[in-house]
Amino acid sequence: MEKTIAHLKRGEIAIIKNFKETDVPLKLLEMGCLPGNLVTMMQSAPFQDPIYLNINGTHLAIRRETAAKINVDPYV
Amino acid sequence: MSRSINVALIGNPNTGKTSLFNRLTGLNQKVGNYPGITVEKKEGVCKLDRGLKAHILDLPGTYSLNTSSLDESVVVETLLNRNSRDFPDVAVVVSDIENLKRNLLLFTQIKDLEIPTILVINMADRMERKAITLDIEQMEIELNTKVVLISARKNRGIDDLKDAITQYKTLKTDPCVNASVIDPEYFERLRKAYPQQLVYKLWLVITQDVNFGKVDRNRDFDQLKSGSFNIKSEEDLKRLQHKETVVRYQFINGLLKKVLTVDQLHAKDLRSKLDRVLLHKVWGYLIFFLILLVIFQAIYDWSSYPMDWIDQLFASFSAITASSLPAGPLTSLIAEGIIPGLGGIVIFIPQIAFLFFFISLLEESGYMSRVVFLMDHIMKKFGLSGKSVVPLVSGTACAIPAVMATRNIEDWKERLITILVVPFTTCSARLPVYLIIIALVIPDQDLWWIFNLQGLTLMLLYLLGFGAAIFSAWVLNKVLPIKRKTFFVMEMPAYKLPMGKNVLITVIEKTKSFVLGAGKIIMAISIVLWVLASYGLGEQFTNADEIVTQQYASQNLSQTELDQKIASHELEHSFIGYIGKAIEPAVRPLGYDWKIGIAIVSSFAAREVFVGTLATIYSVESSEEETIKNRMQAETNPILGGPLFTFASGISLLLFYAFAMQCMSTLAIVKRETNGWKWPAVQFTAMTLIAYFAALGAFQILQ
Repeated sequence: MEKTIAHLKRGEIAIIKNFKETDVPLKLLEMGCLPGNLVTMMQSAPFQDPIYLNINGTHLAIRRETAAKINVDPYV
Repeated sequence: MSRSINVALIGNPNTGKTSLFNRLTGLNQKVGNYPGITVEKKEGVCKLDRGLKAHILDLPGTYSLNTSSLDESVVVETLLNRNSRDFPDVAVVVSDIENLKRNLLLFTQIKDLEIPTILVINMADRMERKAITLDIEQMEIELNTKVVLISARKNRGIDDLKDAITQYKTLKTDPCVNASVIDPEYFERLRKAYPQQLVYKLWLVITQDVNFGKVDRNRDFDQLKSGSFNIKSEEDLKRLQHKETVVRYQFINGLLKKVLTVDQLHAKDLRSKLDRVLLHKVWGYLIFFLILLVIFQAIYDWSSYPMDWIDQLFASFSAITASSLPAGPLTSLIAEGIIPGLGGIVIFIPQIAFLFFFISLLEESGYMSRVVFLMDHIMKKFGLSGKSVVPLVSGTACAIPAVMATRNIEDWKERLITILVVPFTTCSARLPVYLIIIALVIPDQDLWWIFNLQGLTLMLLYLLGFGAAIFSAWVLNKVLPIKRKTFFVMEMPAYKLPMGKNVLITVIEKTKSFVLGAGKIIMAISIVLWVLASYGLGEQFTNADEIVTQQYASQNLSQTELDQKIASHELEHSFIGYIGKAIEPAVRPLGYDWKIGIAIVSSFAAREVFVGTLATIYSVESSEEETIKNRMQAETNPILGGPLFTFASGISLLLFYAFAMQCMSTLAIVKRETNGWKWPAVQFTAMTLIAYFAALGAFQILQ
C-alpha cells in the first residue's frame, strides 16, 4: 500500500508525490499542495481528526479522508 | 475639483488586508451589502495627493479567482464586470511576506485580467526577524508592476502605497502568466469566437462553479456556460484548472528563486509552540472553555457599573421631563413612551461593546481558526464542520452577521443547516431579557468563592443555546434529503497581537449598527405601545377614576396608592389591556400574566423589545422615579398572589427566550440567503413551538 499524508506521524516530513483520486479539491492545490512540495505533519486534533499540516510553508487543516487521497514519498 | 478613483483591496485571508483598509480609511468607512445579496461590503474614502480621492473597496478574502463560496464569487463578479459601479481603476493585491508564494497565485490571476494592479507586501517588519531578503526591483520587472513593501501594523510604507495609487496610470497591464498554455487549441477557439473579449475572462466565466443562488453576471457571458462552448466535461475543466494552478506555481517558484532568500536557520517559531498547547486534547478545550467563561463573567460583572448608571440616568430623565414640561399627551408620550423605550436599549451598550470587543480579539489574534480546528471532529458528528463554529460563535453577538458568515461554507446542506440553527445561539438581543430576569429570580451569591451564581446561570443559558443549535443540526442532518459533497480545507493563520485600532473600529462599527438598527424598531414599538396603553374605549376606561375611588372608598388608601390603583385599572381597560387579556389564556400556563404576554408578543419583532415594552407599560402605570427592575420586583401575580417573577416563571421566561425565533431581521436575512420563504417559515414555526413547550414544561414542573 502506498504511503499517504494520513499515514504521517507527528513531526514527520514527506514529499507530495501524486493524487490518488481526481477529486482532490482545487483549493488544496491553490494552497500549495502540489507534487514535489514538502509536507510536514504538525499535529492532529483531539480524536485524531482533522490534521494540521505545514505544506510548502502554508499551515493548514484538512480531514483525514482528504489526506488519505494524497500519496507521498519519504523525505531524506 | 477633486477626482475620484476606485481602488479594490484584494488578497488571501489573514494577510492584514483589514488593517491596511483601516489605515487607509480610518473611520471614514461604511459597511453595507452588495446589491441583491447579503455579502458584507466595506467601503471607505482615502484622500490622495493632487486633489485625488480614492474610493476604497475591501473585497472578501480569497485564495484565488476559482470560486467555491459566494464570498469568493463576489470578488470575481467585481473584477469581471467593467460596467459595475465598483469596477476598480486599480487593484491592490495584499500579500504577506511569509506566504508570498501562495499569495502570488491570486496576483497572477488578477494580472491576467489586465487590470492595473499593485502588489503590496505586508508585514515587512518581520523580514529582519525571519531573515528574509527580497529583490524588489527584480520583482517589479518580472511581475510587470509596482511592488510596495508595507507594514500596516507599524504604519510603514502607507505613503508609498498612496503614491503608487496616485500614479496608477503608469502601471502596466500586460499579464505575467499565459494561462492558455494549458490547452492552446481550446483557448484559441475561445479567442476566435469572442475576439473583443479577454480570453482569461472567458475562461473564468466558463469554470466558475457558483451554486449559491442567482448572481448577476454580464449578459454576454450567459450563453458561454450553456451554449456551444460547454464542450468540455466538468472533469476536463477541473483537470485544466488543476493544470492552470501548476503552471502558475511554476512561474512563481521560478520568480521567487531569483528574488527571495530565506535564511532557514531561524529558530522554531512561536506558532508551533503555542499550537502545541492551544490545540492540546485536554488543555485546548480547557483553555477555550476558560476564555468563554471570562467573556461571560466580564459581560455580567464589569458592565454592571455603567449599566446601573445609565439605568438611573434614564429614570431621572423621565421624571424630569414629566415634571418640567406642561402636562399633556405629548409630554406623557415622551416621558412614558420614548424615554423608557430608549433607555431600554441604551443600557445594553456596555455589554454589547464588551461582547464585540472579545469576539474581535479572538478573530484578530488568529485564535478563531484554532477553535474551528478543535471543534471540527465534534461538529462533523452533527452534520456540520468546524467552519460552522465561527457562525455559531458570532451568533453570540448577533444572528445576522452569523448567517452571513456561513458564506464560506462550501457545502450547501452544511450551510443550510448552519443557517437554520444559528438563531439558537444566544445573541446579544437576548442579553437584556436574560439579565433582568436573572437579576430578579437568581440570588446574587458566590459559589465556591469564585463563581457568581448569576454569572454561572448566564453561562448555562449560553451553553443551552449552543446545545440546542447542535442538537437541531443533528436532527436536520438526518431529516433533510439533500446530497452533500463536503471537504474541509482551512488555513491556520499565524498568531498576531490584536491591533487596538482594528478592535476599536469593529466595536464602534458593530455597536453602532446594533443600537441604531434595534433602536428604530424599539422606538416605533414604544410609541405604538404607549398609544395602545393610553387610550381605551368604554365606561371602564373613561370613568376609571370614579370606579376605583368608589371601590376602595372603605379602605382608607393614601392618595398615591389610590392613583396607582386607578392607573392600573385604566391600563387593564386600555386597548393593550384587551389585547393582553385576549392572549392571556395562552401564556398563563407558562406562568405569565397579561402584561408579560404583551411584552412577548411585541418582542417577536426583536427580543430586546421585551424590556422596553415592560418599561413602557410600567411607566404608564406609575410615573414614579423607579427603575424597571424595581417595578418588576414589585409586581404581584394576580391569580396566585405573591411576586409575579418567581423562580418558576423566571426560568420559564428564560427558556422561552432561549428558544423562540423572535427577530424579524434574522428571518429577512434567512429568506434572502435561502432564496425563499420556505426555510424562514420552517425555522420560525419550529423554534416557537420548541420555546412554548420548553417554557410550559419548566413552569409546570417548578411551580
